[in-house]
Amino acid sequence: MLKNDSLENILYINLTRRTFKVERRPDLFGKYLGGTGVATQLLHDECPEGCDPLGPDNPIIFAVGVLTALFPLASKTVSMFKSPLTGNLGESHCGGRSAVAIRMAGYGAIVIQGASTMPVYLSIEGNQVHFRDASTLWGMGNFSSGRIIRENEPGSGLRTIMRIGKGGEKLITYSCVTTETFRHFGRLGLGAVFGSKKLKAIVVSGKSSLPISDKKVYRTLYDEVYKAAVESPVMKKYHDLGTAENILPLNKFGGLPTRNLTAASFEHASKLSGEAFAREYLGRRLACSHCPVGCIHIAALREPYEDVSYFYKTSMISYDYEPIYALGTMLGITNPEDFLKLMDRVEEAWGIDAMSLGVILAWATEAFQRGMITTEETRGVKLKWGDVKAYIKAGGYIIDQPNDFYKALARGVEYAASIYGGMDFALSFGGNEMPGYHTGPGAYIGYLIGARHSHLDNAGYSFDQKILVEKKVEPEAVVDALIVEERWRQILSSLVICFFARGIYSPELVTRLLAVAGFDLSEGDLQRIGREIHTEKYRFKVREGFDLNVMRLPERIFETPSPVGGLDREYLTKALAYAQKIIQKELDAAE
Amino acid sequence: MRLTVLETEKCVGCQSCMFACSRRVGEAGLARSCIGVRSIGGMERGFSVIVCRACSDPPCAKVCPTGALIPREEGGGVRVLPDKCIGCGHCREACIIGAVYWNDETNKPMICLHCGYCVDFCPYGVLGMQKREVENVEE
Repeated sequence: MLKNDSLENILYINLTRRTFKVERRPDLFGKYLGGTGVATQLLHDECPEGCDPLGPDNPIIFAVGVLTALFPLASKTVSMFKSPLTGNLGESHCGGRSAVAIRMAGYGAIVIQGASTMPVYLSIEGNQVHFRDASTLWGMGNFSSGRIIRENEPGSGLRTIMRIGKGGEKLITYSCVTTETFRHFGRLGLGAVFGSKKLKAIVVSGKSSLPISDKKVYRTLYDEVYKAAVESPVMKKYHDLGTAENILPLNKFGGLPTRNLTAASFEHASKLSGEAFAREYLGRRLACSHCPVGCIHIAALREPYEDVSYFYKTSMISYDYEPIYALGTMLGITNPEDFLKLMDRVEEAWGIDAMSLGVILAWATEAFQRGMITTEETRGVKLKWGDVKAYIKAGGYIIDQPNDFYKALARGVEYAASIYGGMDFALSFGGNEMPGYHTGPGAYIGYLIGARHSHLDNAGYSFDQKILVEKKVEPEAVVDALIVEERWRQILSSLVICFFARGIYSPELVTRLLAVAGFDLSEGDLQRIGREIHTEKYRFKVREGFDLNVMRLPERIFETPSPVGGLDREYLTKALAYAQKIIQKELDAAE
Repeated sequence: MRLTVLETEKCVGCQSCMFACSRRVGEAGLARSCIGVRSIGGMERGFSVIVCRACSDPPCAKVCPTGALIPREEGGGVRVLPDKCIGCGHCREACIIGAVYWNDETNKPMICLHCGYCVDFCPYGVLGMQKREVENVEE
């Protein structure tokens, strides 16, 4: 790392004592590059073993990387915390302006400790930290609180405003943190950790210069990366239709979970496709800071008021593949406007993870159909596939939690099923509600062994589509391939490079870019560091009681055929046992 | 030729132009950028691109007490003469669109030179170089 790179600065903020300090940690950033690698170490340092995820001891860690604000697409912020949803490693990534703002404010990481007794928001402007009273903002949705903070704080155009909605305030274990209105630390419940600390929002801004080793080489390399970002075919799908582009191919392939995975293709998929949304609703395109791709797609929904003529409400609502799957196909929603109305509540007022909510409502619908729960539990809501009014009502009840049933739904599908039954069709893996890929064993092995239980950990769904669809592969070989991929992705997420850009950020290119930032690392070095970070994450997971041998495999995934054939429990169990052995070996070697 | 914001509605807010402006002078980051992109009260409403629009009789130069801002004869805009500048900030206040940026290290203004380097880094056609005499002609 170059001298005087402000990346080495870690800002520690204590909400209990209302104090802050900066520590310089060139050692940490020099060894782990930033992002996931650094955040994992800070989590080991700051998170006491067995701590309550919603107690004051659980830290919130944000980390950015050495390439942030140097090169395009290194614009993700990695957050780490102990997840209130899974009770284990919580890691969630978000773009927007967050990463560039943190780096330009002069920090590589921000650690938030303790808890406030009253609602606060933090304003971080360069080297100043202000603790502001957020009592007035408490209870407000994402749009309103964002607007008020925008009007009260400096740094327009150079700032991120991270905030929670009602879900986070109500400690819903899958509530999210929203930045810049449309981007999210979506998964694993960071919003509830904010809420438990009475932390409504954080605004960060700054404008600074970064050191580079050679100006000329920097500009040449920049041009190379930029050209690839705007011209490469691997970025085109994100640019054109956004991630919603995946609906039709996944549906055709037969891997699109539908109606709580009672089917893997949806007869109305064409109505919810990226093409249909672009044609009928696309109102604006947005980009994260320092990303020319602009994958963020915002729908404009114009609705007449029912009680007065010639008045319309126009809502801007973001859509992506995963929310369309979770709040659309998974709930049997056939009308795109219905999906947008539900998404609007989720994003604006509630501030909860669209993916978890969709899976939970899908489970509840099936449980209701089977008579395991009745209108007594649901407070009169008759849950039915495609009935968006019922889903909006049930979602509101999840936020308000007026009875034990909705309190249970507010804790995730696994918890709800543990009380009301229906575990066989409660679709979570490692405690995290499933993403939209029923593509084959690769996807499920991927969710289970991935450190975040995310499809993005190791892209098992891609292994299904590219390899398993062609030929049979032994479970051990699938695990080997996915672990290799996940280790490399630790490097990408330590450099906070958007995974959508993984096709252009090859190991070879990364070594050249790092040289400009003063890192002399070979491709082999990167592989070694990625492997170490992966093991370090598992060290935390195992410390908190994680064991692949006791992973739950819901029966439903074996009932609904996948595009590569029916899934086999024995095959998956073998894979998990093998993965556990490999990971344990790595942990033992690291001791 | 002057830098022109051709179509703000096409702006996605990627800020590539801002990074380009700093890189033009060999720096990484944003401290030296003379162009800014900010949302119009929330990203759902779009963006405004804030950069010197090369006024024909620039207010920033008119209020400069030391003659440190010289209106350029060709294309418009101003040149900053750092030796003459005393850092009073009047120019910044005179620019009602906020296009006089500030170098906190030198305590002097930074104003777009209309070099066009950023145009090559706007993939959405928001920015362009234009001759003043044909600015109302739609291609």
